[in-house]
Amino acid sequence: MTMLFATLMPTFLPAYSQLLPQSADYIRILPEIVLSIFGMIVMFMEPLLDKETGQRVLGWIAFLGALSGIGATWFMAQAPGLAFWNTVQVDGFSIFFHALVIAIAAVVILSSYDYMAVQHIRAGEYYALILFGTVGMALMSSAVELVLIFIALEISSISSYILSGFRRQEASSTESSLKYFLLGSFATAFFLYGVALMFGATGSTNIDQIGRILQAAPVPTLAFVAVALMFVGLGFKVGASPFHVWTPDVYEGAPVPIVGLMSTGPKAAAFAVLLRIVFVINVHAIFWVIWIVAALSMTLGNISALVQGNVKRLLAYSSIAHAGYLLVAFAAAPELGISAAMFYTATYAAMNVGAFAVVSHFANAGERYVTLEDYEGLGRSSPILAATLTIFLLSLIGIPMTGGFFAKFYVFSAAVKANLIWLTIIGVLNSGVGAYYYLRIIVMMYMKESRKNVPVSPVPFTLRLALAICIVATIYLGIFPESILQYAQESAQTLVQPVAPQNNMVVPVSAVREPF
Amino acid sequence: MNTENLSPIILSLITFTPLAGGLLLMLFPRRDRDIRIFALVISLLTFALSLHLPAHFHREHAEFRFEIDKAWVSTPNIHYHMGIDGISLWLIVLTTFLTPLCVLISWNSIHERVKEFFILLLILETALIGVFTSLDLFLFYFFWESTLIPMALLIGIFGHERKVYAAVKFFMYTMIASVFMLAAILWLYAHTGSFDFVTIREQIASGAVSHFPAAGQWLFLGFFLAFAVKVPLFPFHTWLPDAHVEAPTAGSVLLAGVLLKMGTYGMLRFNLGLFPEQARQNAWWIMILALIGIIYGALVAMVQPNMKKLIAYSSVSHLGFVVLGIFSFTQAGLNGAMFVMLAHGISTGGLFMLSGILHERRHTYEISEFGGLASPMPVYAASYLVIVLASAGLPLLNGFIGEFLVLSGAFQSRPIYGILGATGVIWSSIYLLWMYQRVFYGKVTHAVNNSLHDLSGFEKWAVWPCAVAALVMGVAPILWLSAIDPAVQAALTPFVRVASRVVGQ
Repeated sequence: MTMLFATLMPTFLPAYSQLLPQSADYIRILPEIVLSIFGMIVMFMEPLLDKETGQRVLGWIAFLGALSGIGATWFMAQAPGLAFWNTVQVDGFSIFFHALVIAIAAVVILSSYDYMAVQHIRAGEYYALILFGTVGMALMSSAVELVLIFIALEISSISSYILSGFRRQEASSTESSLKYFLLGSFATAFFLYGVALMFGATGSTNIDQIGRILQAAPVPTLAFVAVALMFVGLGFKVGASPFHVWTPDVYEGAPVPIVGLMSTGPKAAAFAVLLRIVFVINVHAIFWVIWIVAALSMTLGNISALVQGNVKRLLAYSSIAHAGYLLVAFAAAPELGISAAMFYTATYAAMNVGAFAVVSHFANAGERYVTLEDYEGLGRSSPILAATLTIFLLSLIGIPMTGGFFAKFYVFSAAVKANLIWLTIIGVLNSGVGAYYYLRIIVMMYMKESRKNVPVSPVPFTLRLALAICIVATIYLGIFPESILQYAQESAQTLVQPVAPQNNMVVPVSAVREPF
Repeated sequence: MNTENLSPIILSLITFTPLAGGLLLMLFPRRDRDIRIFALVISLLTFALSLHLPAHFHREHAEFRFEIDKAWVSTPNIHYHMGIDGISLWLIVLTTFLTPLCVLISWNSIHERVKEFFILLLILETALIGVFTSLDLFLFYFFWESTLIPMALLIGIFGHERKVYAAVKFFMYTMIASVFMLAAILWLYAHTGSFDFVTIREQIASGAVSHFPAAGQWLFLGFFLAFAVKVPLFPFHTWLPDAHVEAPTAGSVLLAGVLLKMGTYGMLRFNLGLFPEQARQNAWWIMILALIGIIYGALVAMVQPNMKKLIAYSSVSHLGFVVLGIFSFTQAGLNGAMFVMLAHGISTGGLFMLSGILHERRHTYEISEFGGLASPMPVYAASYLVIVLASAGLPLLNGFIGEFLVLSGAFQSRPIYGILGATGVIWSSIYLLWMYQRVFYGKVTHAVNNSLHDLSGFEKWAVWPCAVAALVMGVAPILWLSAIDPAVQAALTPFVRVASRVVGQ
């Protein structure tokens, strides 16, 4: 119907045709559509299925949804360009992040099966919310319109607020959810305020246009304040210091698989938005803000992680440090910085989702076993699980043969290239210090004899599959980083030189001063 | 069969054979005997392969041999570039020589988690060989960091009482120091567009690197710090005694025999190779630190009640000789430094094995627990004596040649350095012979020691090759020096050459 409409309309009503979405527009948000449909299927199916056995069926439907989402991303990739009146842009960059966040969701769904059963969580809303949240994350990466970005950000955030409160019997989970919700809304308000100010400063909410306007004229202070406010909002989402205070509490209370998701998916999406904003709206003064936030995040995250006794909290602080490493790339030059950051998000997703998957399996019913002491002697009682976790931890340290090594390497390499010597030194020193607390877990597993009798149940097939995906990705990125990096570099190019807008009529043209 | 055909891939073969063996070992069922035999076969195979290198090495040329250069990652421009010269040649052979001995010495002493032990040992061997074969800075750093994990795990899982403390200390010290090297490597890449050692060396030498005059000193220090902690140079040595005392015997052997040499090799290859100007400027304080290391290490060794700690501190002292030789910038000094590295690897490796054998029987390293061991264990005592004398620098054994060359180099550089360094030779014979006397001579003071049995078959096979090597190296150093000399000469080309052709050349 739409096709027919779109082909017929121009002949009769040329002026209106541009106001209607065309079929290509839908293809450019196909993954979001597919994921939403599957999310709704999951919700509708839940009451129809048996309470016990239905859980698994719902899980498989959700997993199928995520796989279809990846397939839809492939279709979307065939039709790069702008859609919906220049609000959505399909380019190498957004395709990369689509594939990434949907893959994260798929792995998290896989690793949730047995967790759901053990923790007695109703599966319907859980899987549906993961899928809806993924829609938001995916849309964040392709949106080039600040208001749409805000909407996408909210879609993803609200799902994670609810998901983090899913351990209903636990007070800490409710606390986690509430904290996340309050502070998160506060942060999105910052972002929205920044959008409003940006509109006041430039008369536009389209990122490309704002970039061109600000390039042509001296940057007004208002625009700088606007970017800074947006940075605060997104800095909260990625858990960068000094906006990180929520992270440990929320991670501690939330269900472990969801922590795996929260610490990678929404972060990757928020970093995608941040990349677009920082590099397309090129406000140079923001550089020092990023510099300081990066240095603070690395240092505070690592130092606080040193003294944690709870593995979830430890990994929470480590994620703050990793946000810091990632921000180092933002301070570097565009081409290298963007590709380094993209590579880092992908690697971090693989190793962190994997690490949390192991932690979630090990934690057992009611998440009883999450302290460092519980990991004593795991190397003996469950050698394969321990070896798996060790690989992820080594990758988080940044040991060669793992993706984490190249990820850090590219980031610091980009920073040195941009002559950020001090930031690099702070970074490499931090990665040295950071090795200590990851090593503590390895020490516990292999070098201590277990004092408590911690039961480790056999690893179910789905979790094995999830872990296998993460391990293969972590090691593949550590030995053949080329393929992903090349892709990241090509898409970095598309981001630095944005495609020309197709139909400009919705935009107030008067506000645009052409630089050429 | 014409083995020359192997030359283009020989370095990759040597480097990755142990890793492949380790990975295969993971698939083995937990039958300890099979695992031990397989590990021994793999390590012997690697040793046999490594003998290809000296057999086909052109001793008169200083260029890199057996080169392989393949693009690995295009951006950043990382190459799989391997090649060796006379400096790395013998360090590789030393590694492959010591590993089978480590397998033999662990044959009966490791009872638990045998599979993990040998997997780690083989992975460690790959990483160590990789360090010496890499000519791409990235690849070098890659292998350099890769040595950390297996070594830390060997110490932490199979070590003695305070193993965790020692493992973590070892890991953190070397990890934090080497990130400075990473920063320096990244700077070089940013300003030369290459990780290739040869390319970077040429660019720096021709002055084509922008901002190099300002950054050179910092780059030098970045590399130097990483290497100085590894050596370990005074005052960065405090991790070493802990790591050695707590490590299992095989771990100590590789730690002292090869891992420490990574540091001195790095100084020779990178600090001198890339930054000759800065090396010259900084030589004075580095030599002073080396001298402090020689004397301080020896004095501390002398008062140790613990045999393994004594040997550990003697390493600090011996490695001081190596650094002294390197930064004397004389042909004799550098030749000597190389030779001390090899000799120390053999003799200290032997000493650690011997003290490990004693620990296995009595579960202690305390010297006061022994005495008069020569009568219950005559073969052991004789083997021990050969190795001790080699380590103390008796002429005709390997320790002497290296120390002599280093000291003559140091004299040429500045007489006072030579004089102070020479006292180290005296100290080393004092602490080693005194220790020998207290352990082996006199009457048996503890009744348990009467029933100690002598060297077993496996132990003989582990220890005697060291003794034989010590003797051969002492009698015919030319076999080794003929390959080392041209490489060292090439390394010295950027320096004002001092005619210093001493013995053996």
